[in-house]
Amino acid sequence: MSKLKLATVWLDGCSGCHMSLLDLDERLLAVAEKAELVYSPLVDQKIFPNGVDIALVEGAVSSEEDLDKIQMVRERTKTLVSLGDCAVTANVPGMRNPFGVRAVYARAYRENVTLEPGIPNDSVPRLLPCSRPVHEAVPIDVYVPGCPPSADTIFYVIGELLEGRPPEICAKTRFGA
Amino acid sequence: MTVAAGIKTLKIDDRDFSARAQETILDVARQNGIFIPSLCELKGLSEVGACRLCLVEIKGSNRLFPACVTPVEEGMEVTTNSERLQRYRRSILELLFTERNHVCSVCVSNGHCEMQTLAQKLEITHVRFPYRYPKAEVDASHQRFVVDHNRCILCSRCVRVCDEIEGAHTWDLKGRGIHVRVITDLDEPWGSSETCTGCGKCVHVCPTGALFEKGRSVAEMMKRRQFLPYLTLMREDRE
Amino acid sequence: MTPEELIEIAEAEREAQSEYAHTFNVCVAAGCLSCQSQSVKDALDQEIKTHGLEHTCRTKGVGCMGLCSEGPLVSTEKGTLYKKVAASDAPELVESVEVGPVSRLVCPTDMPFFQKQKKIVLENSGVIDAERMEDYVAAGGYSGLIQALTEMTPAQVIEQVTRSGLRGRGGAGYPTGLKWSTVAKAQSTRKFAICNADEGDPGAFMDRSVLESDPHRVLEGMLIAAYAVGASEGFIYVRAEYPLAIKRLRTAIRQAERLGLLGGNICGTRFSFHIDLRLGAGAFVCGEETALIASIEGRRGTPRPRPPYPAQAGVFDEPTLINNVETYANVPMIIRNGGDWYARIGTEKSKGTKVFALAGRIQNTGLVEVPMGITLREIVFEIGGGIPDGRNFKAVQTGGPSGGCLPGQFLDMPVDYESLAKAGSIMGSGGMIVIDDSACMVDVAKYFMDFCMTESCGKCIPCRVGTYQVHELLKRITGCESTPQDMSMLQELCDLLKTTSLCGLGQSSPNPVLSTLRYFADEYKAHVEDHNCPAGVCGNGSGGAR
Repeated sequence: MSKLKLATVWLDGCSGCHMSLLDLDERLLAVAEKAELVYSPLVDQKIFPNGVDIALVEGAVSSEEDLDKIQMVRERTKTLVSLGDCAVTANVPGMRNPFGVRAVYARAYRENVTLEPGIPNDSVPRLLPCSRPVHEAVPIDVYVPGCPPSADTIFYVIGELLEGRPPEICAKTRFGA
Repeated sequence: MTVAAGIKTLKIDDRDFSARAQETILDVARQNGIFIPSLCELKGLSEVGACRLCLVEIKGSNRLFPACVTPVEEGMEVTTNSERLQRYRRSILELLFTERNHVCSVCVSNGHCEMQTLAQKLEITHVRFPYRYPKAEVDASHQRFVVDHNRCILCSRCVRVCDEIEGAHTWDLKGRGIHVRVITDLDEPWGSSETCTGCGKCVHVCPTGALFEKGRSVAEMMKRRQFLPYLTLMREDRE
Repeated sequence: MTPEELIEIAEAEREAQSEYAHTFNVCVAAGCLSCQSQSVKDALDQEIKTHGLEHTCRTKGVGCMGLCSEGPLVSTEKGTLYKKVAASDAPELVESVEVGPVSRLVCPTDMPFFQKQKKIVLENSGVIDAERMEDYVAAGGYSGLIQALTEMTPAQVIEQVTRSGLRGRGGAGYPTGLKWSTVAKAQSTRKFAICNADEGDPGAFMDRSVLESDPHRVLEGMLIAAYAVGASEGFIYVRAEYPLAIKRLRTAIRQAERLGLLGGNICGTRFSFHIDLRLGAGAFVCGEETALIASIEGRRGTPRPRPPYPAQAGVFDEPTLINNVETYANVPMIIRNGGDWYARIGTEKSKGTKVFALAGRIQNTGLVEVPMGITLREIVFEIGGGIPDGRNFKAVQTGGPSGGCLPGQFLDMPVDYESLAKAGSIMGSGGMIVIDDSACMVDVAKYFMDFCMTESCGKCIPCRVGTYQVHELLKRITGCESTPQDMSMLQELCDLLKTTSLCGLGQSSPNPVLSTLRYFADEYKAHVEDHNCPAGVCGNGSGGAR
């Protein structure tokens, strides 16, 4: 039996969900027996490949780059998992939304900067007006809230998906868990 | 037979129960371990029937009835957890999540929040409706307490406990529709309220992290409600 | 006040009026006042004085004559109606008493607008001086009350109202007789009768016109009701945006009190009734009875779950009768002529007449009273005179934000409570907005949802947040930037609002959306699938503030 193709994607999040994934520790080996990690911030692969079976997405959709990326990921993925509160609810990245993009830029690149304050034009991806949950940008198949979801939860979710079963999320995690 | 006359028998989820005539469906369900969700209702305060989460079906009517204000009746057949009710409850709670900025991960009440717990219980994994992301104030002018409007769900428990139990009526509501919010006195900062006694009852009946004690960080705000039934009972005795 | 005294007043008034050979009735209700009818009246008075005709010729400020679009309206004792009268026309009009009508200003009264109407509630509107009680008495006013008090028991009064088949004119159409008998049976030493004059539907001005044109009729209806149910205190809850109605009501109350028709031991009987005015501060939801009661009690005007109904526990938890202005205004005639007389008008289940405020894209905007069972076509095309500017009829909206939009296929449907409900709208309080083919129905639905969202009291979650989310969806659809999933979400939220909202405002708020989805689905489809507004009203990106 060939291994399933697993990928993880990092959008606007703190990487905590990826840390939690690493907390699987020796259980990573069990995952590796059944799946091949074809794309991730944790592996040296620059291009998201075609035909991915399961992709875990951490982070909200906050910039134009995030949006392009997630649309591409969606096209190339069978089962897309929204992993963690930022992906599911926009969470902390979304806390900028009430203030508007201009205020965010001003705070980040002018008010708190002493050396050459100025808003960058092309060196960083342009922010979207609102940081949004991933499912508002593309259809999602599985939602795993939590900040971050525990290693146990992630292990359970991956395990179930690798076995082709829909995971029962609410028994394991919740918003803010 | 005067006692028997005040007793009603009814069916809840196909189980037989008896109840006193003045009791509500929610009372009877609670006594018998049947879960009906609610957020505005709190034993010891008057019922307002506002959150619509405790809606139940009663055989013979197409309408839904709020269990918190619907008195039991003889022969009533109540369904508390149909597919349809679950669907409505989820939608209502999802709407509530979109209304303000409920960021559980950085909330003082994370892990002790009724709304968060309810979402898990109702199996809400995500919110389908777009979030509003309104700009909401945090009033930390009070010496000991904070009101964070980002977390307020307008259940009006604070308004009721302050009016009905403490007798101060510091809290009230202002505005209409989506712009309603809780206010202290005539919409003055809480810290300069002349009516607030600083008793903190509002803080402890608040189901979310909207009202909390100063000095509490994420997940540190535990609410204590034990005082409420006791105070209510004392009050009833006196009357 | 005895029956004899009442007759004396009526006769004295008639005699005083007959001293004048000529009368100019100038409409001084809000509609005509807003186009300077007061200056017309002043100019006529001045002109009469100049000609030295003060003893044979006079002017009289009267209430609404209905054809508001042609105001200011002036009528004469001979039945001539003048339209769009200006102050500068006064000399010509005064001269006309000798030489015959000023043909340039004459408005024909043989047209369907006048011929097709049947006036019960509006019987005195445009005829009597609303600020003179004697004029109302001369027209037969208060004889119904005297009759009820002196010849009938409360039970007999209720019997007549029940037989009349009168149903609540505020919108829901609850049988009035049944409501009265419920309050009458409630056991309490203190009961209230309330008149709901918190008219708030967009485009509706029936109650305002009745209060401005014939306030005593409403008082008389309330008095009869209070006698029937055993109420001793009453409130008229009228919105503060109706200053003229409030002024005339205040005058009427004072006059009735002076004549002993209001207050203690009315007409020497043991029946006492006091009326207080309560001014609404502009919240639409205060038209909902439990919110209205909260507002009267001095609390925040928000609804509460029913039961208990006001008939059991209303104002200050006492049994309370709440009826709408028009409902009360029907009562004096029912008592005078008997319930059976009233029941002969209208259809099997909807008796009597209904006042409608015609508005929107229609030739004759104004106020009309028609028998129940008349068709929409007769109202829109005959009475209303059809659609102006050569455009075509598209829909008629009844029942305000709680009602629905009915397309052309329903034009021949009789107007009654059941038919309208079956078609997906409601009778409502009587607002009737005609929509022509230049309108986009999704845009119309958005307008009404905006209204409901703004007017939601914010107490229950489905209405507070649901109306907002539905409005956002409609903004996206009209902005031509929605997806097919938005349509299923729209359906879902409408169902949620309808089923789970606390009060009638929330429960009925999706009706304009649901009825347009039902009858104008192709317009939604064009917006969502082709990103195109067939009527050309919605532009790309006009909505969707996301």
